[in-house]
Amino acid sequence: MSDPVLSVKGLSTHFFTRAGVVKAVNGVSFDLARGEIMGLVGESGSGKTVTGFSLLGLVDAPGRIVEGSIKLNGVELTTLSEAELRKRRGHEISMIFQDPIATLNPMLTIGQQMKLAIDAHERVSAAAARSRATELLTQVGIPSAAARLRAYPHEFSGGMRQRVAIAIALLHRPSVIVADEPTTALDVSIQAQILAKMRALARETGTAMVWISHDLAVVSSLASKLAVMYAGRIVEEGPTATLLRDPRHPYTAGLIASLPAMAKPGAPLNQIAGSTPSLLSLPEGCPFSPRCTHASGQCTTDADMTQNGGRQWRCFHPVGQTAPEPA
Amino acid sequence: MSAFVQITDVTRVFGPKLSLGEKIAAKLGGNVETRSVRAVSGVTLSVRKGETLGLVGESGCGKSTLGRAIAGILPPTSGTVTIDGAPVMADGTKATTRVQTVFQDPFASLDPRMKVGHTVAEGPIAHGLTTRADARRYVADWFDRVGLDPAWVERHPHQFSGGQRQRIAIARALAMQPDVLICDEPVASLDVSIQAQIINLFLELTRDLALTSVFISHDLSVIQHVSDRVAVMYLGRIVELGPVGEVFGNPAHPYTKALFGSVPKLVLDADELVRFETIEGEVPSPLSPPTGCNFHPRCPCATTICQTGRPSMEPIHDYRSVACHHYKACLGKEEHD
Repeated sequence: MSDPVLSVKGLSTHFFTRAGVVKAVNGVSFDLARGEIMGLVGESGSGKTVTGFSLLGLVDAPGRIVEGSIKLNGVELTTLSEAELRKRRGHEISMIFQDPIATLNPMLTIGQQMKLAIDAHERVSAAAARSRATELLTQVGIPSAAARLRAYPHEFSGGMRQRVAIAIALLHRPSVIVADEPTTALDVSIQAQILAKMRALARETGTAMVWISHDLAVVSSLASKLAVMYAGRIVEEGPTATLLRDPRHPYTAGLIASLPAMAKPGAPLNQIAGSTPSLLSLPEGCPFSPRCTHASGQCTTDADMTQNGGRQWRCFHPVGQTAPEPA
Repeated sequence: MSAFVQITDVTRVFGPKLSLGEKIAAKLGGNVETRSVRAVSGVTLSVRKGETLGLVGESGCGKSTLGRAIAGILPPTSGTVTIDGAPVMADGTKATTRVQTVFQDPFASLDPRMKVGHTVAEGPIAHGLTTRADARRYVADWFDRVGLDPAWVERHPHQFSGGQRQRIAIARALAMQPDVLICDEPVASLDVSIQAQIINLFLELTRDLALTSVFISHDLSVIQHVSDRVAVMYLGRIVELGPVGEVFGNPAHPYTKALFGSVPKLVLDADELVRFETIEGEVPSPLSPPTGCNFHPRCPCATTICQTGRPSMEPIHDYRSVACHHYKACLGKEEHD
């Protein structure tokens, strides 16, 4: 593999609240190659969004990155000043948020907002900015883009607003886009249009993406690589289809088995007992062990990542391996 | 089997409430918003005793409005809903306790200041299903039934997780001993692993208590899993109705087909890229729905008749019907593949 555009090593982001330290992200590592789409999946509170925010240096007090390194095109981001970070945000790395109505300024036309985003990093003429904005809006599938530049966000539907947000994220041809559940608020027919568009764009422009989602089906059709998060850690990572077909971590296996699509209609679904632990008081060792059917005494200590054939998992008792089952 | 819940020609229109001044202004040609939304438009449907009917569609298709009309929470503008022959509403208010609802958001549907035990006990006490003295035991039984620790009746909603709250909401609905349960997106706000727990609970309870239910969801895989029959809605109308296996296996309406095609499937077999079958365009504004068939501007099979003639629900066979001028062509295509 060539040099990764994004390389994250041992990233930990904690929130120092009055109730205690919330360990939202705990030692997350991954690499992203040019044009690669990685799905970052997990349930609410697993730390996937905070991971995304950390990549752009968007974590606000009382949270901060306490440990680890984020290298974007070889440059370490965690030690950069806010001014230096600003130069890169929106330029080399940008983000698409879940809620497009909160991303766009309701008081400015789409054209004005796109012009501002361009001006933040480059000096271009108004005409050049307009033609670039038009080109990108067309690329993300907005009809009569030139005319739509004069429209305000409320004049767009939810799906169209999300396309505008995507176009803005793409303005400077960033190396990496962090997409935080960008299709969750949309209807399936619109979601399909946007997923198809994003995949094509990643291929054409070479932009790599971290696609954050709770929906395994969405990422399985989009990402070439998956990282599964649980309670602030990546518990398993690997090529999408392999990982989904043959999961190693009991949490991944449980999550896949609990999907209605995996059961006969009307039959009881496989459920994972219990619920996710509080990030304020994580159990010793593996955070999944209290809910895990494979857990043993060993699981109160931390498991290292096991590397095997292009995939890795963090578990003493992986599923589907010939390792002896605990009694 | 005969209809247990009968929904006859239900229409619900939402319009702005105009003051006298605005009405006069509108008459004189002033700029007053008088347009209205037909959220549900002439829906006739029956639910058989003991079955689960899935109601599926995208946002704004009117599935929740229809659910509320069946539940007797929202009076229809015209049309009637009856359970076992008795109307659910009389004079604009709910007239029966035989139908109960579980809502989508378990954070909004429970009073944050009330102990959850009281929330569940309120209805049964008011309707004489239990006495004030006996309420605690009665509620504890229902807590046990939905998988909650009976000791938790003393707690407040904020002490529970989303999944637990949804169990409380289910307990509250069932404590009224209904015959019919309306579930409006009960698992949409829950995580996958918790969603499975609640779906299992729903399947177990509807079977054990012989409930008739209407399950509303935008999630096709959930609908496919829990329903016996499914009704697909688009812009306020039902476009297709039939046994879940048949509708999913061989959709007749072009919209149903397109909807199923655009759902991302879990890809397990190969590292190949999935092809997205996308529907062109977006759902039109319900303020100004298209003429003729609502779906014709997005439909690949549409012809001139679709622009003018509104298709009615036609039976394909005894158990299945569809509202489309060209469904035969669509069904036929599928069989040739």
